[in-house]
Amino acid sequence: MSYLYFPGCSLKSSGRAYEESMLSVFSTLGLKINEIEDWNCCGATAYMSISELKAFALSARIFALAERQMQASDRADIVVPCAACYLGLNKTRHYLAEHPKLRRKIYKALNAANLKYTGRMQVRHPLDVLNNDVGIEKISSLLVNPLEGVQIACYYGCQLLRPYSDFDDQHEPSTMDRLLKALGAEIVDWPLKSRCCGGSLTGTVQDVGLRLSYILLKEAKKRGCDVIATACPLCQFNLECYQSRMNRYYKDKINVPVAYFTQLMGIAFGLSPQQLGIQRLFIPLKSGAGHVCL
Amino acid sequence: MGYAKHRGKIRFESDLEPDFSKEISSIPEGEQLFSCIQCGTCSGMCPLSQYMDYTPRQIIAMIRGGFKNDVLSSYTTWLCASCYSCAVECPKEIKLTDIMYAAKRLAIREGVYPKRFPIPILAHEFFKNVDDSGRNSEGRLILRLLLRTNPLRLFNQAGLGWRLLKTGRFSLKKESIVHKGELKNILKVLEKEHMVKSKEELAPGREAGS
Repeated sequence: MSYLYFPGCSLKSSGRAYEESMLSVFSTLGLKINEIEDWNCCGATAYMSISELKAFALSARIFALAERQMQASDRADIVVPCAACYLGLNKTRHYLAEHPKLRRKIYKALNAANLKYTGRMQVRHPLDVLNNDVGIEKISSLLVNPLEGVQIACYYGCQLLRPYSDFDDQHEPSTMDRLLKALGAEIVDWPLKSRCCGGSLTGTVQDVGLRLSYILLKEAKKRGCDVIATACPLCQFNLECYQSRMNRYYKDKINVPVAYFTQLMGIAFGLSPQQLGIQRLFIPLKSGAGHVCL
Repeated sequence: MGYAKHRGKIRFESDLEPDFSKEISSIPEGEQLFSCIQCGTCSGMCPLSQYMDYTPRQIIAMIRGGFKNDVLSSYTTWLCASCYSCAVECPKEIKLTDIMYAAKRLAIREGVYPKRFPIPILAHEFFKNVDDSGRNSEGRLILRLLLRTNPLRLFNQAGLGWRLLKTGRFSLKKESIVHKGELKNILKVLEKEHMVKSKEELAPGREAGS
């Protein structure tokens, strides 16, 4: 199976470990993945706060580049790990399909750069690909280092599940649970799986943003979680990088590692910490069961 | 038994701006706004409504009523973290998140926000970053944001910056696409479109609340 890949800005900077671990896991599973050449920003929320129309055009250029990169008749899905990019691209796809007036404007704009958009590319999240294209059976067959005894809280966040995705349930998501369970982990019963982490409010309106993140962390901790698994670079950043600040703010001593689900999968596949960007985590991965690096 | 004290300012109907709802609802599927039944599901679902001065349900009613100044100067639209909980639960399928962003865009365009308030500044810097080079340079964005809002916070953030640097997650490198001219051409077409659209918005159309 082969896919096109849209990393987005975060996966090249603060979320590098997500890219590293995802690519390693994909190659272990024999999935071919090609980065879209000369991709631009998806036009996510901060950009959309200034111009929605231009945000649609940014996403449309990405689709057009992806289409050009493939043979005319070929169809390849675009894998998008970042939740905000996943939403932005899906939103554009949806709006261009439903609104002819908008579609005409965007076509005209793309035309100025000799680009064409037909909408034949689907946007897929790695969780979707791993569950539905690869399958749990294949994934568990590669298990060499079971995550036994590790209590994991699976955090999906918001934009991955709402409002355009159709691969999981937005209230009771389970695709990440299933993957990590198949690799030996125990999944913590934690009802905040898809509750908002505060997004960029942690940096802009900090007392509110940190409070939202703290609620997630503390609830997970109270339920005996060893590691929080995430699928979004901003969720990972908020829950991990601001953890010491939350402790100061709320006079607490939480020390929960927050890893990308792809890092945990890689560990179970026996990949090296370097391949998975483990050294980029602020809080070292240790579990109650005493594994080093789990 | 006693009466509740009424502290709210009186709003007179003649001071309202009926065109406001037209402007907000001009986004795709924005006309759904007029089918709101004020059930409050959005406010109940919103993880941020307890920090807002007006709940999401109230914001819809205010938009429909033409309370432009109150909506644009409220804290609500800034606090929307776009988690889409409201949008997926709304029984009338109103895309409230998109409506919040339409209001946010208008507030930014009209400059209705306190000086040095980080959210519009972040949006502007991000927008400029992407329009110039096609990509966002995270490190530069954060630095510019701190310098333009509260430079003293640079000290506060130094520890975090250092740890990000040490783990290879922070860089001041300018990220850019190769074909910047191509992107500029695309966006230029829409700048013209946008102006045409604004004129359309001003043309008499649907009556507010109909």
